[in-house]
Formats: sequence, C-alpha cells, structure tokens
Amino acid sequence: MSTNIPEDLAYTRSHEWIRDNKDGTVTVGITDHAQELLGDVVYVELPEDGSSLNAEDPAGVIESVKAASDFYSPLTGEVIAINEKLDDEPELINSEPYGDGWIMSLKLDNTDDLKQLLDANAYMNEIAE
Amino acid sequence: MSNTSTSQYTPLYQQHRLAGAKMVDFAGWEMPINYGSQVKEHHQVRKDAGMFDVSHMVVVDFKGKDSKAFLQYLLANDVDKLKQKGKALYSCMLNEEAGIIDDLIVYYLSDNFYRMVINAATRENDLAWIKNKISAFEVQLQERDDLAMIAVQGPNAREKLLSTLDKTSAITVSALKPFFGVQLDNIFYARTGYTGEDGFEILVPKQEAVPLWKALLEVGIEPAGLGARDTLRLEAGMNLYGTDMDSSTSPLVSALKWTVALEPKQRNFLGRKALEAEIDAKPASKMVGLVLEEKGVLRSHQTVVTESGLGEITSGTFSPTLGVSIALARVPVDTNEHCFVEIRNKKMKARVVQPPFVRHGKSCL
Repeated sequence: MSTNIPEDLAYTRSHEWIRDNKDGTVTVGITDHAQELLGDVVYVELPEDGSSLNAEDPAGVIESVKAASDFYSPLTGEVIAINEKLDDEPELINSEPYGDGWIMSLKLDNTDDLKQLLDANAYMNEIAE
Repeated sequence: MSNTSTSQYTPLYQQHRLAGAKMVDFAGWEMPINYGSQVKEHHQVRKDAGMFDVSHMVVVDFKGKDSKAFLQYLLANDVDKLKQKGKALYSCMLNEEAGIIDDLIVYYLSDNFYRMVINAATRENDLAWIKNKISAFEVQLQERDDLAMIAVQGPNAREKLLSTLDKTSAITVSALKPFFGVQLDNIFYARTGYTGEDGFEILVPKQEAVPLWKALLEVGIEPAGLGARDTLRLEAGMNLYGTDMDSSTSPLVSALKWTVALEPKQRNFLGRKALEAEIDAKPASKMVGLVLEEKGVLRSHQTVVTESGLGEITSGTFSPTLGVSIALARVPVDTNEHCFVEIRNKKMKARVVQPPFVRHGKSCL
C-alpha cells in the first residue's frame, strides 16, 4: 500500500498530522492513511473557534459513509482557526488531506510539546504494525 | 459463525483484487466493500451502470410435484400469485412466532420447479428450517453452489448488458418485464435488483463468471462494492436482513405487511397464527423512513425521540444522491411527522417519511 507521509510534518498515533508554523502555532489535519481507512468523508463536526483544548481531547468528529470517528487535538492550546470550507466540501479530507483538507489551527500553550510527536519515520512504523 | 472455518472466495475474487478492491469479511466470505470510492460507485449505479458480485447469496431449487404446496406452507407470501413462467415474488419466511427467518425472492420456472434466492448470512439456519419442514412433502431441494451471481444495475444497465448478448438471447432478455426471469442455456437472467434502479441479476455457472464479468467491464459496466450496495438499497427503502429485521420482528413492524398474503384464508402458512394474533392486538411500533434536517449522519441504534415515545434507527447513512442523511427506524405506531434523533447527546431534528427515498435516480422526498 502506498500511503503519503510528508517528511516535514509531525504525527500522532491517532493519525493526526501537525505542521509547525514556527510562530507558536500549528496546523492540524488527519493523515492520508486515516482518510483511506475512513472512506468517503461526508460530514465534519469542527471544534469551536476560540475553544481551549488539551492534548488528546476529542476536538471534533469526522463522519464517512461508513462510520463516525473522533478526531483528537494533538497538543494543548487554543483553536485560532477552523477550516470552514469543510462544511460544504468535506471530501477535501479525502482528496487533499495535507492541503485544503486541513481541520484547525492551534496556538500552543508550550511549543516544547512538539517534541513529543512522532516524526514521519516513526509514524510510518506505527501504521506498518 | 459457530464454526471456525476459513474465508470463502467467490470465483470473481481475483477480478476484485485486479480492480483494486478493498476486501472485507461478509458472512464468512471475502467480499469487495469498495474499489476506491463507495460514493463514486453509488453515483455510477444511479447515473449509468454498475455491477455487484453477489455470488455469496444462496440459490436453492425446489423440484417435485409438491413444490408449490410446500412453498405455500413455507412462505408468508403466496406463490399461487405466480401464474406466468419466470415471474418472481418477494417474500418473508416466518417462524411460528411470526418473526422473520429470512427475506427472499422465489421464481416460478415451471410447474413443479421453483427457484429461491436467500441471504448468505442466514444460509445454515434457513436450510435447517426448510429441511425440517419439508419431510411431509414430495419435494427435492437442491443447493446450487455451482452458480455465481452478478447483479447489473443502473439506468443504462439493460442496454449495456443486451449489447453483450447474441441476437437471439438479446431479444429474449430484452422482452423480460420487471420481476421476471428466464433461463437461456446455462445462464439465468432476472430483471430484479436491490438498488431501486432497472437492471438484472444474472446466475451463471461458476466457471463462466470471470468471462461474463470481463464482458460486462468491456461495455462500461463498472464494479461496485457492498458499501455502495448498502447506500443504494437504503435510498431505495429496502430492508436489510439482520439489521432492519430479524427473527424477533414480524413483517408488521418491518413495513412488510404488503408481502404477506392473508387471502385465501384457508392457506395455512408457517407463522400465520401468530401473525393474525399480532394484527388483532395491533402492533405497537412501525417502520418508517427518516430524513435528518440538520447536519450530521444517522446511524443504526441511535435513539429516536417522538411525542409518542422512543424508537430506534435500524439502518442509517448519508445519502449520496440526496446529499442528506437518511434512515429506516422502528418507532411508536402513532408517531407523527416530526421527531428528534440523539446523535452524540444532541437532539437533532428529523422528518418522518414513507420510503423509498430515491427511485430510478430521482428523489421521492
């Protein structure tokens, strides 16, 4: 199986990806592998803009034709942007999981938390198991 | 499954792999859930033509002089309605408590010869029940495991299938009316399906399944998986056995009363007494369609809140054709048009409708 795992992103075991914007904020989405497992996404329940999330808190729900799956905040921080495009085009999660299918941006409480995330290699090993 | 047997494979297994299918276990069979995108396959069937490998389904032939009498005893619908050769009938097979053992299609092929297609998951149970009831009748039962089955469905399915046939066969198959079947050499063509679209279900000897599949591919009939089959049948308002009904629910609470033949009164069929008692007592619930009026997706087992009490969703999905979420639900019998569904502890507004939701590619809402 060929799944796309960009080298410049960080990852979680629950299949979120994290892009470090280098200004104390990150952008978050779900991985190519995750969208593949979910199948066609038909609805995304986004977190509330401005809400505070702890690492591993449920942040929203992704519904595919098959099932509903929780989506977790990878880090502790405040939601500073949500991808409202997903309201009308939830399928962007399938077609561009690392691009227009992003889910939210967080302002981190502590950028040191980034060190706890998986790198591309570690994530690849994680999903190969 | 009670036994620990390994997976079963249809003759088309390799074809599915070649087409990039994601395979899943279904009732002990390795079956394609999708070939990349369930939604795309769904639209392919609604707008053009798709095909499903349904070889896991079970074909049983009944032959012998008591075939008709036996089926009139075994089934809640009456095979006496079948007057023309090739005509098909949808029926439930009930237990003594009027619970549904299975739903099925039976074809009248000739006097003393009927063919039945039953579900894969209920195979052992169905056959045990049938064999237990058959002894007083002069009927031979034959399980047709030599056959594979391909369902070709969609507005262009008929035209495309006909283009693969020789002239003589094409004329005969083209003349088939809805809910009729015909045997041509060793292939059985039936104008039936489980999608709400026109099309055929084709029974073919196992060794000829791959050439047929390839011929259908060549005329632009695209493979579709069990995922699309489920969203298509739900849009068409068709029940799924084991999900919307089972041995504890009667046809009366499964929106299937129309499939029960209570006339003539003297026909004694299995489950009749319990069914009549249930009619007299008036069932407390009924099966309806739901359309979600907010964003979200209805799923089986979610609670339905009505003014008359609680109900439960039996199947729910996102409808690719309608762009909203739809469901079948069992609700209190006097439920009116409005209800709520509990989704993740939130009450979401839904509307009660009479299925089908989609027929021949068009919304029925």
